[in-house]
Amino acid sequence: MLQNKNFFEEITFRDALRLAMHDSMQENKNIFIMGVDVGLYGGAYGVTKDLINIFGKKRVIDTPISESAIIGSAIGAAMTGLRPIVELMYIDFFAMAMDQIANQAAKIRYMFGGQIGVPMIIRTQGGIGRSAGAQHSQSLESWIMHLPGLYLCAPSTPNDAYHLLKKAIKRSDPTIFIEHKMLYNTKGKLDKMNSAGDLNKASVRLLGKDITIISYSRMISLVNEAASILKNSNISVEIIDLRSLKPFDKETIIESVKKTKRALIVSEGHYTSSVASEISSSIFEHCYKLLAKPVLRYTAEDVPIPSAPNLEKISVPTVEGIVSNVKKLLN
Amino acid sequence: MTNNSKLIELYTLMKRIRTFEERVSELFIKGHTAGSMFHLSIGEEIAAACMGNAMQKNDSFTTHHRGHGIFLAKGGNPKYMMAEIAGKKDGYCKGKGGSMHIADMRLGHLGSNAIVGGGIPTVIGAGLSYKYQSFPNISVAFFGDGAMQQGILYESMNMAVLWELPVVFCCINNQYGMGTKIDDAVGLKNFSGRAKSFGLNTLHIKTLDVEEAFYQVKSALDKARKNEPSFIEIDCYRFFGHARMDKSPYRSEKEEKKERAKDPIVFSRNKIISNQLLNENNLNNIDNQISLEMDKAIEFAIQSPINEELELYTDIFESEESKPEKVQDKINKILSI
Repeated sequence: MLQNKNFFEEITFRDALRLAMHDSMQENKNIFIMGVDVGLYGGAYGVTKDLINIFGKKRVIDTPISESAIIGSAIGAAMTGLRPIVELMYIDFFAMAMDQIANQAAKIRYMFGGQIGVPMIIRTQGGIGRSAGAQHSQSLESWIMHLPGLYLCAPSTPNDAYHLLKKAIKRSDPTIFIEHKMLYNTKGKLDKMNSAGDLNKASVRLLGKDITIISYSRMISLVNEAASILKNSNISVEIIDLRSLKPFDKETIIESVKKTKRALIVSEGHYTSSVASEISSSIFEHCYKLLAKPVLRYTAEDVPIPSAPNLEKISVPTVEGIVSNVKKLLN
Repeated sequence: MTNNSKLIELYTLMKRIRTFEERVSELFIKGHTAGSMFHLSIGEEIAAACMGNAMQKNDSFTTHHRGHGIFLAKGGNPKYMMAEIAGKKDGYCKGKGGSMHIADMRLGHLGSNAIVGGGIPTVIGAGLSYKYQSFPNISVAFFGDGAMQQGILYESMNMAVLWELPVVFCCINNQYGMGTKIDDAVGLKNFSGRAKSFGLNTLHIKTLDVEEAFYQVKSALDKARKNEPSFIEIDCYRFFGHARMDKSPYRSEKEEKKERAKDPIVFSRNKIISNQLLNENNLNNIDNQISLEMDKAIEFAIQSPINEELELYTDIFESEESKPEKVQDKINKILSI
């Protein structure tokens, strides 16, 4: 029962997102949801479950499998007074809709001299974990990060998922909101009264002094695990959860690395031209005199994601890998 | 059916479009255009005039890259259009859009587009929005025969019928997708048949008579207003090349001569005279007025100031704090460490 969810409750990542949409839709009648199977099916990962029963077919719209026209029509709706929340089932499907995302949504405000924006959310999910293979497991955030005109979020906790989505819906420009398929069932406290801070700011999950690990989305849970293992070896890790990838919180990162003098970036995106590359160069530019070791990018391999579970698992960073790379940096 | 003032109104509109298109190059010659990237709709004026005139004030639309005429027909002011094409501050989009990205929300222009088919789904969203908010408007997507070969059109057609939206698809068939003739791009040239198979109302305009075209498209627009989406194909011929520099090496002079003889402006001028609505002198006066209007528009564009350099960084996001930092400022900051 969505209505009964209140503050200080344990809630799944999935329910936090659902609740954010629910609460936003109650506040603003011009917010609506559209996407493939978001209605009766409840969303491929159950995130929009029951919302059609609460808000009806007018506000929870099942669409044909036409990614490009889904995004394109959401753009038109956003330009004429509505606030669409689109679910694009897999981030891999952005390839189907990229003209509308990159050439239309991202550029409309600028091309038209600031006359109008596109207040729209594209919710999507990515990442490995279900042996879903090369076309259903990617982490393509760097595609979006490269484009001016789009905000990009990738929360790691239910509380952030709730608050960041609610805030992003209120913005006047498009936000790409990346969820991770293996986070949906994870649980955490939701504090409705705690606004989770500035949408564009990172969150320091753990204070430490020996090394800064910068990460986001599901990788945060691996980083947390690695940090507790490292604690046993008396290594004190500072963890920065980016939450927002565009813009990303350069100040918090730099401040932390100035203190720790070592940085490891952990991301499920590929190694080359990635979120990690961007952060790495920012750290180098601002901290190169202080760095005790090179900034490391620990990312997915530059290979398509395989379906075979043993290979899939090692195609992206692991807890063991984080631990060993931190140790190497501290040697 | 003849309504004296309607034919004159439509003639004037077509003549304004042609004169605008003929004269827009002067900006280039005088060194005041943002670039050579503009696409003229000379020869196609009948499409823009009948559709633009049949649309209502609050109806919205998107266009393809060859959209100057459509916007003029929907009320676009040549002054601000010329300034936009010249990349000047007073343009509809502060000169940031240019010829291929003119838009004006007040006149329902949701944007011209440089991606073939790119603006089509926007009208699906606008139609959805009008229905959602119980507004009586329709939204029209204008595109060329080139876009008939783009998948996004068919995704959009399906949605229009599925959701019974107040939208119109208007294909201005000028026979060429850039330099490729329709015969070399289309297997079965039955665009209406395609649209009909999706469940759209269809209308194929083949006339040179803009007045007749007007009444036909008006009835299709009326249907769309009752949530019966329509597909309208308007046959015409692109008198000149794809863009300014294109001298049309892919087609013969003979073909051009033959097709240019079918001129909708000449046709309606002759009709006005033969119906004795106006005489040659009256029409020349109209033409001269239009010429003066375009003189003023060009002069306005030339006089309009260029943007301050800081304008480069505005209008990406509404939020001031999301404004991007200048690259040189970033570099200087790094070097000062």
